[in-house]
Amino acid sequence: MKSRNSVAKPTDLPVLMPIAERLTRGRGIGLSYDIPRLQLRAWHGLFLLGVLVFFSASAWAQQSPDHPATLAQAFIRWMPLLLKAFVFNIVMSFLAMSLGTIAGVGLGVMQLSPTRPTHAVGWFVTQFFRNAPWLVLLFFCMFLLPFRFSVFGVTVPFPDWIKATLGLALPVMANVAEIMRGAVASIPSGQWEAAHSLAFSRRQIMFGIILPQCIRRMLPPWMNLYAILTMATVLASIVGVSEVMTQTQRVLSAENRPEFIVPFYAFVLLLFFVYCYPIARYTQKLELRYAVRD
Amino acid sequence: MPSETESGSVTAGKSATAEPMISLSNVHKSFGDTEVIKGISFDVAKGDVVCIIGPSGSGKSTLLRCINALVPIDGGSIRVEGQEVHDANLDRLALRKKVGMVFQQYNLFPHKNALDNLMMAPIKVLRQDKKEVRERALKLLEKVRLSGKEDAYPGELSGGQQQRVAIARALAMNPDIMLFDEVTAALDPETVKEVLLTIRELAEEGMTCILVTHEMGFAREIADHMYLTDRGVIVEHGPPAEFFDNPKDERTRSFLGQIL
Repeated sequence: MKSRNSVAKPTDLPVLMPIAERLTRGRGIGLSYDIPRLQLRAWHGLFLLGVLVFFSASAWAQQSPDHPATLAQAFIRWMPLLLKAFVFNIVMSFLAMSLGTIAGVGLGVMQLSPTRPTHAVGWFVTQFFRNAPWLVLLFFCMFLLPFRFSVFGVTVPFPDWIKATLGLALPVMANVAEIMRGAVASIPSGQWEAAHSLAFSRRQIMFGIILPQCIRRMLPPWMNLYAILTMATVLASIVGVSEVMTQTQRVLSAENRPEFIVPFYAFVLLLFFVYCYPIARYTQKLELRYAVRD
Repeated sequence: MPSETESGSVTAGKSATAEPMISLSNVHKSFGDTEVIKGISFDVAKGDVVCIIGPSGSGKSTLLRCINALVPIDGGSIRVEGQEVHDANLDRLALRKKVGMVFQQYNLFPHKNALDNLMMAPIKVLRQDKKEVRERALKLLEKVRLSGKEDAYPGELSGGQQQRVAIARALAMNPDIMLFDEVTAALDPETVKEVLLTIRELAEEGMTCILVTHEMGFAREIADHMYLTDRGVIVEHGPPAEFFDNPKDERTRSFLGQIL
């Protein structure tokens, strides 16, 4: 037992550890702040895989002679289509995140403006888009934006998926603005005082001193938002964009095999898990690191 | 009677008729319904070291922040080198270039190393040549005994070291006046000494200083003039010997009795 211990821990003596690390370990020295915290682990993905395998097995068991194709054959046939559709989800999430971040930073700067009208407009737009349901915003974009528009006689098509991306970018924008406002507010007022006392102008303080300190604080919630957005891209299926959910539905109706439903949706879940899990883990790591240093 | 004369005439070798470096008259300041400064007046002559003591919440820190226009005043007048601070058309930046300030919580910029903390303002605000600023900043770090810590980030320095970087950062702007707001209050006793030593050297070089402090021994040694504020007014003032050994006001006696 002793030798096993020595592998895990280099010493049996009590070791000073950053508090954030101990908090997340859940098991510390039994103090009241030593709250247990569950964390997303790689094996949670195995659980999804288990669901997939279990229902695949049951689908195999229900195999009847009228339907010669097996589940494996169906998967092989449709895999390229589903993966392509999933890549499309990722492309939409990237675009929506980029657009939303650019617009959100602009909105955040507006909110932080000392000029009252600018501040008020920034505040209103942020609150409006942050508190509206994502699906409602998506519908607005789908039905209010034209499917094409003309610039100097040239007709530019405006396909559904771009409209959906814009619809998703709107709540992202508002959330980024709010993340930014929160980060700026979290910088101690002493930083402003010190910078003012050194004769920096407001603009210089904001861009040279406050915002650079904010980037570090904004990164974890920003990545969190990205993971949420990625999962929200399936909302586009409701408005008919050919992303992974839409394609899965089409595949299932083409196959017309009720026992395939659970395995196929479990597969979609697994795809999202594999993509979002590393992001979530990396975010946790960043949060920990900054919690220790601040 | 030193307590009757203005501080400007207390210091030897300074003309009593010259305009004081800093002149406060009947300053009032309220936060909401709470009036924290209720009519404070005093003058500080060039090269003088003035210490302000008093119980917490008596408006000392607010008073300092009024002098470099970090906090606007509600009434009265503050003049720094003849310039009215309360003036709506005041060039705040010009004022702050002349007045350096050091804070209780150091307030160094955590994303910049020690040297960059010193160099930022002279380069960006005064638009001085980078090379010259760098040379001066290195000399200042040497002056506060932090040579070799140029690349250290604030988080890697002890409280006393951070505070000395903060002093050097204020000095890098070549101010005429330095304000110290309880600069040793957040430090542990061992590091207090090194910070006080730095301030003493500055005072000896003739820098005009206003200190809000709880270090009575140090104040007595270094000050040309002492002020005690309580509930927004000056209760007593005078040269340190008089002030500490022979306080006239009952409140001064009880305050000193608590502290010493």
